[in-house]
Amino acid sequence: MLWRISLAISCVKLLLVYAYHSTDFEVHRNWMAITNSLPLDEWYISDISQWTLDYPPVFAWMEKCFTYVAAFIDPQMLILDNLNYASNSTIAFQRLSVIVTDFILVYAVIEYAKYYKKISKSSSESEGNNFDPQLVLTFLLLANVGLLIVDHIHFQYNGILFGILILSILRISQDCLYEGAFWFALLLNMKHIYLYIAPAFGIYLLRNACFQSDKDGRIIWTSFSFQRIFFLASIVASVFTISFGPFLLKGQLFQVLGRLFPFKRGLCHAYWAPNFWTLYNVLDKGLAIAGSRLNLLPSNMTSAAAMTGGLVREYEHSILPTVKPFHTFLLTALSMLPLVLRLWFSTKGRNCFVECLSMCAFCAFLFGWHVHEKAVLLITIPLTLVVLDEKSWAKIFLLLSFVGHYSLFPLIYTSAESPFKCGVFLMYTIFSFYSLGKRHLRRTKKDDHFLPLMTVTEKIYLVGFALLHVYNQLLHHYVFRLNSTLPFLPLLFTSLYCALGVFYIWIISLKTFLLNR
Amino acid sequence: MKNVTVHLSLIILFAIVIRWTISLHPYSGAGKPPMFGDYEAQRHWMEITYNLPVGDWYQNTTDNDLQYWGLDYPPLTAYHSWALGIVSHSLNSSWVELHKSRGLESYDHKLFMRYSVLVVDLIVYLPAVFVYFLFCSPGLHDQYSQLVVCTVALLYPGLMLIDYGHFQYNCVSLGFALWGVIGLCKGHDLLGSLAFVLALNYKQMELYHAVPFFCYLLGKCISHFRKNYHEGMVKFVKLSAVVLASFSICWLPFLQSREQLTQVLHRLFPFARGLFEDKVANVWCSLSLVVKFKQILSISALTKICLTTTLLLIIPSSLDLLFRPSIPKFKLALVNSSLIFFLFSFQVHEKSILLAALPVLLLLPENFFACIWFLLISTFSMLPLLVNDGLTIAFLASTLLFYLLCDILTCVEFQQSVNRCNQNITRLKFFLEKQSQMLFAAFIVSITGMVILTFVLLAIRPPERYPDLFPVIVSAYSCAHFLMFLVYFHWCQLTISPSSFLSSSNDRTESIQDNLSVKRQHKKLKSN
Repeated sequence: MLWRISLAISCVKLLLVYAYHSTDFEVHRNWMAITNSLPLDEWYISDISQWTLDYPPVFAWMEKCFTYVAAFIDPQMLILDNLNYASNSTIAFQRLSVIVTDFILVYAVIEYAKYYKKISKSSSESEGNNFDPQLVLTFLLLANVGLLIVDHIHFQYNGILFGILILSILRISQDCLYEGAFWFALLLNMKHIYLYIAPAFGIYLLRNACFQSDKDGRIIWTSFSFQRIFFLASIVASVFTISFGPFLLKGQLFQVLGRLFPFKRGLCHAYWAPNFWTLYNVLDKGLAIAGSRLNLLPSNMTSAAAMTGGLVREYEHSILPTVKPFHTFLLTALSMLPLVLRLWFSTKGRNCFVECLSMCAFCAFLFGWHVHEKAVLLITIPLTLVVLDEKSWAKIFLLLSFVGHYSLFPLIYTSAESPFKCGVFLMYTIFSFYSLGKRHLRRTKKDDHFLPLMTVTEKIYLVGFALLHVYNQLLHHYVFRLNSTLPFLPLLFTSLYCALGVFYIWIISLKTFLLNR
Repeated sequence: MKNVTVHLSLIILFAIVIRWTISLHPYSGAGKPPMFGDYEAQRHWMEITYNLPVGDWYQNTTDNDLQYWGLDYPPLTAYHSWALGIVSHSLNSSWVELHKSRGLESYDHKLFMRYSVLVVDLIVYLPAVFVYFLFCSPGLHDQYSQLVVCTVALLYPGLMLIDYGHFQYNCVSLGFALWGVIGLCKGHDLLGSLAFVLALNYKQMELYHAVPFFCYLLGKCISHFRKNYHEGMVKFVKLSAVVLASFSICWLPFLQSREQLTQVLHRLFPFARGLFEDKVANVWCSLSLVVKFKQILSISALTKICLTTTLLLIIPSSLDLLFRPSIPKFKLALVNSSLIFFLFSFQVHEKSILLAALPVLLLLPENFFACIWFLLISTFSMLPLLVNDGLTIAFLASTLLFYLLCDILTCVEFQQSVNRCNQNITRLKFFLEKQSQMLFAAFIVSITGMVILTFVLLAIRPPERYPDLFPVIVSAYSCAHFLMFLVYFHWCQLTISPSSFLSSSNDRTESIQDNLSVKRQHKKLKSN
């Protein structure tokens, strides 16, 4: 049955073939052209297109695999100079490649659901008036609205990547640590954004592979095994060697790494992801405007502050100190430190690991350098794996998936796709609130029907999104007619309103993770 | 949130989402000058009705070239176009500019047109489906099955592909017809006939449904008449008054002169167009594989042949309904009548199968399996048209989705996992127990045939001598299925026992009275 459901979801994805696609479509077409027409040592050098290859080698190899099929469909798309080539068959092929590779995710999710059923049965779960947990998990993961928007409209290959991530988590949960480590190493070599959650993996693997635990789950320091750590390291190292080895031999390692980590980009992406730096920027802007109004600032600074189109790549802070990549790195590392310590001394294995992993992604999302709004998926998708177990995490998930997925809306700005994204978002939200509310609330409690598990303030905050949406879609353009003077205002409001929520969610999740045991 | 609200909102949102994804696909005649397609026809009607006085809408004038998508639908469509014309003028006046807007295609205009379908769909068709399955279908007792049938009916790919892909407003006429059925089911015959008149005045193809409506209402009048002379007479007069009044209100602007009326009628029933258009899965097109009717016979002869066969074939189900009027028979007669019209009448479009598909949707609660089979075949029969419109992917995805949904929603495992608290609900089954292995095998063979033919049509180049070979085979294949369904639904209608339904007490008394009256008539005849 789960396979049939996933097939049905794939049909919906298939219907999106002709939907709007962003420049990422051309990015991936170009990478196919690069891997098809250039020898290995030019992959990370070529700059014929502005969209240079900036994913790790294993992903490039995957693109190379696609080209063998693509050559049959339309060889034109594999020509390097054919910039922005998008024939109908090219579109169909690339969209299909996403849908087909998504079956890795489907496989991982179904395996996970089966595993979950097995372990939850043993812990004598009460059979109430709720859905089958397998079904809820499958829906929440496979029909994830963020994934639908980012992969199947915007165009990216996150499905397969998250599939590998879930597979890795699943193997680690099943105590096949080496296999899990292998999958995660592979994942890192497909998209390096997963480095954000590497601390959690590293700590958990070290803790469990090298040390044994006593009956209460506490660590036994004397049980250190050099053999096992060697084995673990050799698996990870061999994956990296196969991936990066050829480039190392040709002396291109730094060239490749330079492409992978372009620190020349700004602190925030073109559209501000709803993180800490959005709040920081807005505070700066607010102080600058207030300062210029009150004539507290020297005149050379007021001109910068008066600038309204502040959403350019390089945002110069006028009052607060300008942030450098190093600062964000330090802040991220510092915020992760208590989390991994907590994981190290945790006595609860699996769940704590998944929670820690999501929290690491959360910290990176909040404090990282040049964070994309899409990175929110890195928090919500792993977090989905634990929402059925604990009420507090279900609440965090519900809030975050609402806010985070709404913050993806500006990604798809075209009006034709607007009903789709709103419809799918509402469906996903209604389903997740309904199913998780049913699971975690006693049936006798009658007062909590609307937005279950939320406090009053949170409910008001969530309902506020309706106002935000109405303002952005209608009032801004048609009533206030600010479109020509303040075109970025809706984006700014969205970022700011989401950022406030995200920051709040981070605090309560931190509290839950560190204190609540 | 209450369970029902959640379920209903999820179903509605899902229906909207799927409809909207289909609307992202191309429409008929996109980028194909000089004639374009149905999309341009609808836009052109907005242009004509917005700019010209009512009297000129159906007339060939210097500003209204009837050769270029002249208005050939009844007045309600024209009024709808006029209203949309006003809206589109206020949004962007170039969309309906006389003469200059011909063949207009733009991103925003496509969006406007797609929205216009969604709006009327949400107003007319969607609520009708819910009302019908939640309140008018006696076969379903538990809410789960009712909602499943709603979902399946709303996601019928044929209608979605034609309205949101190809581009038409079938949801309006079919929605009104459905409201008519609801009215009759609930015993509000006057409201029902009013809704049906609206349907008929939106699209003349609704005539396919007219015979059962007429026979059912007349039959009911007759049975009232027998019980109570006065009551029956009043009912008849009321019904005819409602029908005549609503008709004349719809046609008011065109009743000024006799010429105008004949001109409109001439536009609505263009007998000069030919036996069938393109490749349609009806009997004449399929037989033309063997006999070339179009070459042998003149158009007037063909018209007569079509007319007589259609009328002859429609007699059994109509008479049955006329003398034993009951709601179950009425629904089956709707299927039979529209199928006969589709298969045997003159000048049929592929899209007209939707008119048969609507009453089949209504039978879903009673006979899930046969209906799903029919609905799949009916969507398949439009494949050549859809491929032409560039809707291949939409067709494949939505049909597969529809099949999977039927399969998932009716499988026991799924029903158990969503209804874990109450184990003993009456389960909707894809296959009934009494259905034999043979039938299942036939279904599998038929579906496999469909898949193979789809593959052949899409992937294999036809031989040069017969460029239309595969579309014709698709039509013939579907036509054979439709003929079998015709026989099957006739059998259902004629053998259905009135006592097996909820309104059995009424029906039984009526049928007894029918018998008595038949005997009385015999006696009268003999004495005469």
